[in-house]
Amino acid sequence: MNLYRYASPATFHPLAGRLVPWFAGLAAVLAAVGLYIGFFVAPTDFQQGEGYRIIFIHVPAAWMSMFIYVVMAFWSAIGLAFNTRLSFILARALAPTGAMFTFVALWTGAFWGKPMWGAWWVWDARLTSELILLFLYVGVMALQAAIDDPRRADRAGALLNLVGVINVPIIYFSVKWWNTLHQGASVSLTRAPSMAETMLWGMLVMALAAWMYTIAVALARARTLVLERERRTDWARALLEGKA
Amino acid sequence: MNWESWQAFWAMGGYGLYVWGSFGMTALCVVAEVWLVRRRRVQVWQKLRRMQAWDAQ
Repeated sequence: MNLYRYASPATFHPLAGRLVPWFAGLAAVLAAVGLYIGFFVAPTDFQQGEGYRIIFIHVPAAWMSMFIYVVMAFWSAIGLAFNTRLSFILARALAPTGAMFTFVALWTGAFWGKPMWGAWWVWDARLTSELILLFLYVGVMALQAAIDDPRRADRAGALLNLVGVINVPIIYFSVKWWNTLHQGASVSLTRAPSMAETMLWGMLVMALAAWMYTIAVALARARTLVLERERRTDWARALLEGKA
Repeated sequence: MNWESWQAFWAMGGYGLYVWGSFGMTALCVVAEVWLVRRRRVQVWQKLRRMQAWDAQ
Protein backbone atom coordinates (compact mmCIF):
# COMPACT_ATOMS: atom_id res chain seq x y z
CA MET A 1 0.00 0.00 0.00
CA ASN A 2 1.31 3.39 -0.91
CA LEU A 3 0.64 5.78 1.95
CA TYR A 4 1.90 8.76 -0.01
CA ARG A 5 -1.11 8.42 -2.28
CA TYR A 6 -3.34 9.64 0.56
CA ALA A 7 -1.20 12.73 0.99
CA SER A 8 -2.32 13.89 -2.43
CA PRO A 9 -5.17 16.43 -2.11
CA ALA A 10 -7.01 14.82 -5.04
CA THR A 11 -7.21 11.51 -3.14
CA PHE A 12 -7.68 13.06 0.28
CA HIS A 13 -10.76 15.11 -0.60
CA PRO A 14 -13.11 12.23 -1.54
CA LEU A 15 -11.60 9.87 1.06
CA ALA A 16 -12.16 12.37 3.87
CA GLY A 17 -15.68 12.94 2.56
CA ARG A 18 -16.42 9.24 2.97
CA LEU A 19 -14.80 9.01 6.42
CA VAL A 20 -16.43 12.03 8.08
CA PRO A 21 -19.93 10.49 8.53
CA TRP A 22 -18.43 7.33 10.04
CA PHE A 23 -16.37 9.19 12.62
CA ALA A 24 -19.30 11.52 13.37
CA GLY A 25 -21.61 8.53 13.85
CA LEU A 26 -19.10 6.79 16.12
CA ALA A 27 -18.71 10.00 18.13
CA ALA A 28 -22.49 10.25 18.62
CA VAL A 29 -22.86 6.60 19.69
CA LEU A 30 -19.88 6.75 22.06
CA ALA A 31 -21.08 10.03 23.57
CA ALA A 32 -24.52 8.50 24.18
CA VAL A 33 -22.98 5.44 25.86
CA GLY A 34 -20.54 7.61 27.84
CA LEU A 35 -23.30 9.92 29.09
CA TYR A 36 -25.45 6.94 30.04
CA ILE A 37 -22.60 5.47 32.10
CA GLY A 38 -21.80 8.89 33.53
CA PHE A 39 -25.29 9.70 34.72
CA PHE A 40 -27.01 6.36 35.28
CA VAL A 41 -24.36 3.72 36.01
CA ALA A 42 -21.54 5.51 37.84
CA PRO A 43 -22.30 5.84 41.54
CA THR A 44 -22.49 9.02 43.60
CA ASP A 45 -19.07 10.13 44.88
CA PHE A 46 -18.67 9.81 48.62
CA GLN A 47 -16.94 13.20 48.92
CA GLN A 48 -18.29 15.33 46.11
CA GLY A 49 -21.82 13.93 45.77
CA GLU A 50 -23.26 14.39 42.28
CA GLY A 51 -21.00 17.39 41.59
CA TYR A 52 -18.15 15.14 40.49
CA ARG A 53 -20.06 14.15 37.31
CA ILE A 54 -18.45 17.16 35.61
CA ILE A 55 -15.43 14.84 35.35
CA PHE A 56 -17.02 13.07 32.39
CA ILE A 57 -16.43 16.14 30.23
CA HIS A 58 -13.72 17.97 32.10
CA VAL A 59 -11.06 15.26 31.92
CA PRO A 60 -11.68 14.16 28.29
CA ALA A 61 -11.75 17.83 27.19
CA ALA A 62 -8.50 18.56 29.02
CA TRP A 63 -6.83 15.47 27.52
CA MET A 64 -7.97 16.46 24.04
CA SER A 65 -6.79 20.05 24.49
CA MET A 66 -3.24 18.81 25.07
CA PHE A 67 -3.33 15.88 22.66
CA ILE A 68 -4.64 17.97 19.75
CA TYR A 69 -1.86 20.47 20.31
CA VAL A 70 0.76 17.72 20.09
CA VAL A 71 -0.81 16.32 16.90
CA MET A 72 -0.96 19.84 15.46
CA ALA A 73 2.72 20.37 16.28
CA PHE A 74 3.51 16.98 14.71
CA TRP A 75 1.85 17.92 11.41
CA SER A 76 3.54 21.32 11.57
CA ALA A 77 6.94 19.63 11.92
CA ILE A 78 6.21 17.26 9.03
CA GLY A 79 5.04 20.21 6.95
CA LEU A 80 8.17 22.24 7.67
CA ALA A 81 10.49 19.28 7.09
CA PHE A 82 8.98 17.91 3.88
CA ASN A 83 6.96 20.91 2.67
CA THR A 84 3.86 18.75 2.26
CA ARG A 85 0.70 20.74 1.64
CA LEU A 86 -1.69 18.40 3.38
CA SER A 87 0.32 18.42 6.64
CA PHE A 88 -0.09 22.17 7.00
CA ILE A 89 -3.78 21.88 6.18
CA LEU A 90 -4.30 19.21 8.85
CA ALA A 91 -2.48 21.37 11.40
CA ARG A 92 -4.76 24.27 10.53
CA ALA A 93 -7.88 22.14 10.62
CA LEU A 94 -7.10 20.97 14.16
CA ALA A 95 -6.55 24.39 15.76
CA PRO A 96 -10.19 25.53 16.21
CA THR A 97 -11.21 22.17 17.70
CA GLY A 98 -8.23 22.26 20.06
CA ALA A 99 -9.22 25.76 21.13
CA MET A 100 -12.79 24.58 21.67
CA PHE A 101 -11.70 21.71 23.93
CA THR A 102 -9.33 24.01 25.85
CA PHE A 103 -12.17 26.45 26.44
CA VAL A 104 -14.46 23.58 27.55
CA ALA A 105 -11.78 22.28 29.94
CA LEU A 106 -11.41 25.75 31.49
CA TRP A 107 -15.16 26.39 31.63
CA THR A 108 -16.05 23.04 33.19
CA GLY A 109 -13.07 23.46 35.53
CA ALA A 110 -14.51 26.77 36.73
CA PHE A 111 -17.93 25.17 37.23
CA TRP A 112 -16.28 22.42 39.21
CA GLY A 113 -13.94 24.67 41.15
CA LYS A 114 -16.70 26.95 42.41
CA PRO A 115 -18.62 24.34 44.45
CA MET A 116 -15.54 22.31 45.52
CA TRP A 117 -12.87 24.97 46.12
CA GLY A 118 -15.14 27.99 46.54
CA ALA A 119 -13.59 29.86 43.60
CA TRP A 120 -14.31 29.98 39.86
CA TRP A 121 -10.67 30.65 39.16
CA VAL A 122 -7.33 30.61 40.95
CA TRP A 123 -3.91 31.47 39.51
CA ASP A 124 -2.77 27.93 40.05
CA ALA A 125 -0.03 26.39 37.85
CA ARG A 126 -2.39 23.91 36.17
CA LEU A 127 -5.09 26.46 35.43
CA THR A 128 -2.68 29.14 34.28
CA SER A 129 -0.75 26.86 31.92
CA GLU A 130 -4.05 25.62 30.43
CA LEU A 131 -5.09 29.26 29.88
CA ILE A 132 -1.79 29.84 28.07
CA LEU A 133 -2.67 26.85 25.86
CA LEU A 134 -5.91 28.62 24.89
CA PHE A 135 -3.91 31.75 24.02
CA LEU A 136 -1.52 29.64 21.91
CA TYR A 137 -4.43 28.17 19.91
CA VAL A 138 -6.07 31.56 19.43
CA GLY A 139 -2.67 33.09 18.67
CA VAL A 140 -1.83 30.66 15.88
CA MET A 141 -5.26 31.10 14.29
CA ALA A 142 -4.96 34.89 14.47
CA LEU A 143 -1.42 34.81 13.08
CA GLN A 144 -2.44 32.66 10.12
CA ALA A 145 -5.50 34.80 9.45
CA ALA A 146 -3.31 37.92 9.43
CA ILE A 147 -0.92 36.65 6.70
CA ASP A 148 -2.36 36.89 3.19
CA ASP A 149 -0.06 34.42 1.43
CA PRO A 150 -1.31 30.97 2.55
CA ARG A 151 2.11 29.28 2.20
CA ARG A 152 3.79 31.87 4.38
CA ALA A 153 0.90 31.70 6.84
CA ASP A 154 1.32 27.91 6.96
CA ARG A 155 5.01 28.14 7.81
CA ALA A 156 4.65 30.96 10.33
CA GLY A 157 1.85 29.13 12.12
CA ALA A 158 3.79 25.86 12.08
CA LEU A 159 6.77 27.56 13.68
CA LEU A 160 4.60 29.00 16.44
CA ASN A 161 3.06 25.56 17.00
CA LEU A 162 6.50 24.01 17.45
CA VAL A 163 7.58 26.66 19.93
CA GLY A 164 4.29 26.39 21.81
CA VAL A 165 4.43 22.62 22.24
CA ILE A 166 6.79 23.16 25.21
CA ASN A 167 3.68 24.24 27.13
CA VAL A 168 2.09 20.77 26.92
CA PRO A 169 4.51 18.96 29.29
CA ILE A 170 4.34 22.00 31.55
CA ILE A 171 0.55 21.59 31.80
CA TYR A 172 0.83 17.85 32.28
CA PHE A 173 3.46 17.94 35.02
CA SER A 174 2.32 21.20 36.63
CA VAL A 175 0.48 19.29 39.37
CA LYS A 176 3.73 17.49 40.25
CA TRP A 177 6.22 20.31 39.89
CA TRP A 178 4.31 22.92 41.83
CA ASN A 179 2.00 22.98 44.79
CA THR A 180 -1.34 23.31 43.11
CA LEU A 181 -4.92 23.49 44.28
CA HIS A 182 -5.72 21.31 41.29
CA GLN A 183 -5.55 17.63 42.18
CA GLY A 184 -2.95 15.26 40.74
CA ALA A 185 -3.63 12.79 37.95
CA SER A 186 -6.32 10.21 38.80
CA VAL A 187 -5.38 8.05 35.86
CA SER A 188 -1.84 7.08 34.95
CA LEU A 189 -0.22 4.30 32.98
CA THR A 190 2.05 3.24 35.81
CA ARG A 191 -0.39 2.60 38.65
CA ALA A 192 -3.98 1.58 39.28
CA PRO A 193 -6.46 4.44 38.83
CA SER A 194 -7.69 6.04 42.05
CA MET A 195 -11.38 5.92 41.18
CA ALA A 196 -14.35 3.55 40.89
CA GLU A 197 -14.25 1.35 37.83
CA THR A 198 -17.53 2.54 36.32
CA MET A 199 -16.43 6.17 36.72
CA LEU A 200 -13.22 5.35 34.88
CA TRP A 201 -15.12 3.60 32.08
CA GLY A 202 -17.49 6.53 31.66
CA MET A 203 -14.53 8.86 31.36
CA LEU A 204 -12.69 6.66 28.88
CA VAL A 205 -15.76 6.24 26.65
CA MET A 206 -16.31 10.00 26.67
CA ALA A 207 -12.64 10.51 25.79
CA LEU A 208 -13.02 8.12 22.87
CA ALA A 209 -16.12 10.04 21.73
CA ALA A 210 -14.10 13.27 21.86
CA TRP A 211 -11.42 11.62 19.71
CA MET A 212 -13.90 10.53 17.07
CA TYR A 213 -15.54 13.96 17.12
CA THR A 214 -12.17 15.65 16.64
CA ILE A 215 -11.29 13.43 13.69
CA ALA A 216 -14.67 14.06 12.05
CA VAL A 217 -14.60 17.84 12.47
CA ALA A 218 -10.92 18.20 11.54
CA LEU A 219 -11.34 16.09 8.38
CA ALA A 220 -14.42 18.09 7.37
CA ARG A 221 -12.54 21.36 7.90
CA ALA A 222 -9.46 20.06 6.06
CA ARG A 223 -11.61 19.09 3.07
CA THR A 224 -12.87 22.63 2.68
CA LEU A 225 -9.33 24.01 2.99
CA VAL A 226 -8.08 21.52 0.39
CA LEU A 227 -10.80 22.49 -2.08
CA GLU A 228 -10.04 26.19 -1.57
CA ARG A 229 -6.32 25.73 -2.16
CA GLU A 230 -6.69 23.39 -5.10
CA ARG A 231 -9.43 25.24 -6.90
CA ARG A 232 -7.37 25.64 -10.07
CA THR A 233 -6.51 21.95 -10.43
CA ASP A 234 -8.38 19.68 -12.82
CA TRP A 235 -10.02 17.52 -10.16
CA ALA A 236 -11.31 20.52 -8.19
CA ARG A 237 -12.62 22.21 -11.34
CA ALA A 238 -14.41 19.05 -12.39
CA LEU A 239 -15.90 18.64 -8.91
CA LEU A 240 -17.14 22.23 -8.78
CA GLU A 241 -18.53 21.90 -12.29
CA GLY A 242 -20.30 18.62 -11.53
CA LYS A 243 -22.45 19.90 -8.68
CA ALA A 244 -24.29 22.39 -10.91
CA MET B 1 -30.31 3.35 39.02
CA ASN B 2 -29.13 6.57 40.66
CA TRP B 3 -32.24 8.73 40.53
CA GLU B 4 -35.53 8.58 42.40
CA SER B 5 -37.27 10.98 40.01
CA TRP B 6 -36.63 13.37 37.13
CA GLN B 7 -36.65 16.19 39.64
CA ALA B 8 -33.79 14.56 41.51
CA PHE B 9 -31.96 14.06 38.22
CA TRP B 10 -32.14 17.76 37.31
CA ALA B 11 -31.25 18.83 40.85
CA MET B 12 -28.03 16.74 40.81
CA GLY B 13 -27.97 16.64 44.60
CA GLY B 14 -27.74 20.42 44.80
CA TYR B 15 -25.03 20.70 42.14
CA GLY B 16 -27.51 21.26 39.29
CA LEU B 17 -26.17 24.67 38.28
CA TYR B 18 -22.60 23.41 38.08
CA VAL B 19 -23.25 20.08 36.40
CA TRP B 20 -25.74 21.43 33.85
CA GLY B 21 -23.73 24.61 33.36
CA SER B 22 -20.80 22.40 32.34
CA PHE B 23 -22.70 19.96 30.14
CA GLY B 24 -24.80 22.77 28.62
CA MET B 25 -21.81 24.86 27.58
CA THR B 26 -20.11 21.79 26.12
CA ALA B 27 -23.21 20.94 24.06
CA LEU B 28 -23.41 24.55 22.88
CA CYS B 29 -19.75 24.53 21.80
CA VAL B 30 -20.12 21.26 19.88
CA VAL B 31 -23.30 22.39 18.10
CA ALA B 32 -21.73 25.77 17.27
CA GLU B 33 -18.56 24.20 15.91
CA VAL B 34 -20.41 21.73 13.69
CA TRP B 35 -22.64 24.54 12.43
CA LEU B 36 -19.65 26.79 11.66
CA VAL B 37 -17.79 24.02 9.81
CA ARG B 38 -20.86 23.29 7.66
CA ARG B 39 -21.57 26.95 6.96
CA ARG B 40 -17.97 27.49 5.92
CA ARG B 41 -18.20 24.52 3.55
CA VAL B 42 -21.31 25.97 1.87
CA GLN B 43 -19.81 29.47 1.66
CA VAL B 44 -16.53 28.24 0.17
CA TRP B 45 -18.37 26.03 -2.28
CA GLN B 46 -20.49 28.96 -3.51
CA LYS B 47 -17.50 31.29 -3.68
CA LEU B 48 -15.41 28.83 -5.68
CA ARG B 49 -18.24 28.17 -8.10
CA ARG B 50 -18.67 31.89 -8.68
CA MET B 51 -14.93 32.30 -9.24
CA GLN B 52 -14.89 29.40 -11.67
CA ALA B 53 -17.82 30.82 -13.64
CA TRP B 54 -15.98 34.13 -13.73
CA ASP B 55 -12.77 32.48 -14.97
CA ALA B 56 -14.68 30.75 -17.76
CA GLN B 57 -15.92 34.02 -19.18
